[in-house]
Amino acid sequence: MPTHPDLTHLTAAQMADGLAAGEFTSVELTQAHLDRIAALNPVLNAFLQVDTEGALATAADVDARRAAGEDLPRLAGVPIAVKDIACTQGIPTTAGSRTLEGWVPPYDATVVTRLKEAGLPILGKTNMDEFAMGSSTEHSAYGPTRNPWDLDRIPGGSGGGSSAAVAAFLAPLAIGSDTGGSIRQPGAVTGTVGAKPTYGGVSRYGVIALASSLDQIGPCARTITDAALLHEVIGGHDPMDSTSIDAPVPPVLEAAANRDLTGTRVGIVKELTGEGYQAGVQARFDESVELLRQAGAEIVEVSCPHFQYAMAAYYLILPSEASSNLARFDAMRYGLRVSPEGVEAPSAEQVMGASRDAGFGDEVKRRIILGTYALSSGYYDAYYGQAQKVRTLIARDFEAAFEQADVLISPTAPTTAFRIGDKMEDPMAMYLNDIATIPANLAGIPGLSLPSGVTDEDGLPVGIQILAPATQDQRMYAVGGALEALLAEQWGGTGSVLDRAPDVTTGVSAGAVSEEAK
Amino acid sequence: MSTHTESMEVEDVVAYDEALTRFDPVLGLEVHVELNTATKMFCGCATGFGADPNTQVCPVCLGLPGALPVVNATAVESAIRIGLALNCQIADWCRFARKNYFYPDMPKNFQTSQYDEPIAFEGYLDVDLDDGTVFRVEIERAHMEEDTGKSTHIGGSTGRIHGAEFSLVDFNRAGIPLIEIVTKPITGAGERAPEVARAYVSALRDLLKALDVSDVKMEQGNVRCDANVSLRARVGDDPSAEEQLAVPLGTRTETKNVNSLRSVERAVRYEICRHAAVLDSGSSILQETRHWHEDTGVTTSGRPKSDADDYRYFPEPDLVPVAPTRERVEELRATLPEPPAERRKRLQSDWGYSDLEMRDVLNAGAIEVIEETVAAGATPAAARKWWMGDLARRANDAGTAVTELGVTPAHIAELDGLVRAGRLNDSMARQVMEGVLAGEGGPTQVVDARGLELVQDDGALEAAVDKVIAANPDVADKIRDGKVQAAGALIGQVMKEMRGQADAAKARELILGKLT
Repeated sequence: MPTHPDLTHLTAAQMADGLAAGEFTSVELTQAHLDRIAALNPVLNAFLQVDTEGALATAADVDARRAAGEDLPRLAGVPIAVKDIACTQGIPTTAGSRTLEGWVPPYDATVVTRLKEAGLPILGKTNMDEFAMGSSTEHSAYGPTRNPWDLDRIPGGSGGGSSAAVAAFLAPLAIGSDTGGSIRQPGAVTGTVGAKPTYGGVSRYGVIALASSLDQIGPCARTITDAALLHEVIGGHDPMDSTSIDAPVPPVLEAAANRDLTGTRVGIVKELTGEGYQAGVQARFDESVELLRQAGAEIVEVSCPHFQYAMAAYYLILPSEASSNLARFDAMRYGLRVSPEGVEAPSAEQVMGASRDAGFGDEVKRRIILGTYALSSGYYDAYYGQAQKVRTLIARDFEAAFEQADVLISPTAPTTAFRIGDKMEDPMAMYLNDIATIPANLAGIPGLSLPSGVTDEDGLPVGIQILAPATQDQRMYAVGGALEALLAEQWGGTGSVLDRAPDVTTGVSAGAVSEEAK
Repeated sequence: MSTHTESMEVEDVVAYDEALTRFDPVLGLEVHVELNTATKMFCGCATGFGADPNTQVCPVCLGLPGALPVVNATAVESAIRIGLALNCQIADWCRFARKNYFYPDMPKNFQTSQYDEPIAFEGYLDVDLDDGTVFRVEIERAHMEEDTGKSTHIGGSTGRIHGAEFSLVDFNRAGIPLIEIVTKPITGAGERAPEVARAYVSALRDLLKALDVSDVKMEQGNVRCDANVSLRARVGDDPSAEEQLAVPLGTRTETKNVNSLRSVERAVRYEICRHAAVLDSGSSILQETRHWHEDTGVTTSGRPKSDADDYRYFPEPDLVPVAPTRERVEELRATLPEPPAERRKRLQSDWGYSDLEMRDVLNAGAIEVIEETVAAGATPAAARKWWMGDLARRANDAGTAVTELGVTPAHIAELDGLVRAGRLNDSMARQVMEGVLAGEGGPTQVVDARGLELVQDDGALEAAVDKVIAANPDVADKIRDGKVQAAGALIGQVMKEMRGQADAAKARELILGKLT
């Protein structure tokens, strides 16, 4: 077992084993993370809320139960961070928006309930693009999160808080949500693992909706096994979510231990490589393909011709659903309430307007306007209706591709982490960062991102995306687990790409954050 | 705060009969029915009426961030049963849709409803009119949706949001399952349009009650009617003639939330008169919603409503489609009660009531209690006589329902049994009823306690007859001369002699036997 003086650098599986073996307690483990958060979060801004008291209470409870000989779930006592999009009873939940500043949910999201039932201390809530709209976490109302690899760069988005926390060892595990890549793309640009289960694989109940037909909750971790451990905790049917799948969780943990790729058919999606992909991203992808081939996988090229319309369809369906989902933030029952200036005794409608104007950021307003327009009578068929047809065609492309391959692969994101501020003025450039991840959301299939190295040109991490057919989540874990082992063997050390990340603690003490980036 | 002041001035109207000489009214009725399910449409909250404000709420029906709906299966079954009872087709597959608009009492700022895929469509309801004729109302659709919260506007004069100082919202009602039943344009009713409107809502209410899917209390808002009215030029005498039906429809107004049968009739009638005045003046009808004022009997302008109102409907992505199997639909069809109209016909025939008698029974709402009384053993005639006669008068005087008097169908059947067995005559039966009403027990107990048995001893009766004949020789002579009807005077005296406890028929028999 690779060791590190700091408990925070263990994998979640190692932490679980150490707790079970009595090598350390959950209180010690949780406190170690809280200390690291206290030291580094002021710089990273990965957490919006830290629940020191609650996390330690859970940890102490788990320790007591373990001491009493109780048979505990595998991850009991292993701390976790939760994206601020999931409701946590008693802990403020903002979805990165000013409109929900200080709002304390009276209930837990199902995913949070499952974490609590499994005994995972919740360290706090992680930063995100407002209502998960963005690919950089710059659209958070509470300031951007910084990438531990380079504090002037974005940690991906919308779940940049979760990815940065996991990459910087502030938490071994985190909950993310993925509507168009918000788990996978942050994973890729921070050198961590992020998995989006099959649509309906994890309950959405209590997770603030962005686009209901696309949103999916999933694990963020540093290894495939850790992701699978968390996936098994949060997955499974929930009667509170009508769209949740009423079937057992796929055997992802068992699959993560797979090392045999003989005869596995791996499809390279032609439309998701080549032009538009950074040289180093493409190079690391090609190397992974070669590793898979050498390990006995059968590499095939597949074509998904309708993927060229995916971005257009996505940016009609998402804003349409979001415009409706976000209508509830009207200042009538909760959230920011602002009276319009210069209006005496304003009407409810005027208060709604002023509050929404003050409470929502530009990207949110942009998408609400777009969605409202796309759903308008006379435009519905041309926009929302056509987009749904494209969605069907994309699902058919995947079906055809999975006839030829057991899993499909592509680079997760076309580039490494860009600099904070680089794409804020160009929404289209920002949107294109999700070009490889969006098709899976439109089709409802599972996908994960695994670190596949760092580029030569900027030394930043890149990710490889592995996609599987709906409900066959175990396949991406099986290929991911095997490839992760092959890469680790090549890299040496702990086998983690994070070995090559700069020491963020040194960076902080050296004052490495540029004044401009601040 | 008010952005516009509502005009409360009285508008011109044309006399109803006159309006009908020139115009043909067309109706469209939208009825919202609150189902009587134990829980709400999309969450597990209770639905009881009259609870303290905002005590029957949860994250789902409050529209809290992250909450998701789950369809109430019982509500779907109720919707299907309503559809079947309205002779509708039931969708193989249909979805919910979001109707997007902002309003403070709508928690999500969209209503989860159904749009172009209703659960039930293309049906009809046959409606009995007062003169016994049947009018068929075509049903366009019946769809499922959720109710909104209830706003109470404080301050201001109109009780509406405009002009109010502040508003209170009770979300207990938010998410209560509703079925909205929409008719096709109701044409051909002519001058009977207001009556058809009332009779339709009445028939629908009876049907829903028989289905036991709603409490159907209009005063509690369980059944709410929006009445659309438009006028078009009248051509010829027959409102259902081809050339009349070919005239294009006029602009309609929608009078919202008309909440009693009588109001439905009055509101439709008022709008016909008002439309006629507007059209007569050369103006055109503004397409708008109207508010009905029960006290003054008029409608006032609400908000403009155009066909371009844009609710940005789209399929509800948080719910899966509703796809009832044909087997399940047929199982539900088997649970349908006998249609109220057919039941009435059957009971009238079984009971041998005249049309007039049956209508009185229906109007009195006594059909169930009579049915129970007959089932308990009374003759239909006796059941009607008691419930529609003495007891109805007493209930009326006491301002209570006839079933609240403390008399049960079993009491009536028992009393009727005593009369038919010859143990009581009519006046004694009334005395027994007095005792029952006074809480002295059941009829037999009262008979025993009050000693009200008919005298069965022929000797005593014969003695009384002889005594009365002897005392009235001139009357006796008339009878001997063949004026049999004069016997009545003697019977009355015999009854008096017997202190009422004699069988009048037997007395008559004895008198006539002795004198003819």
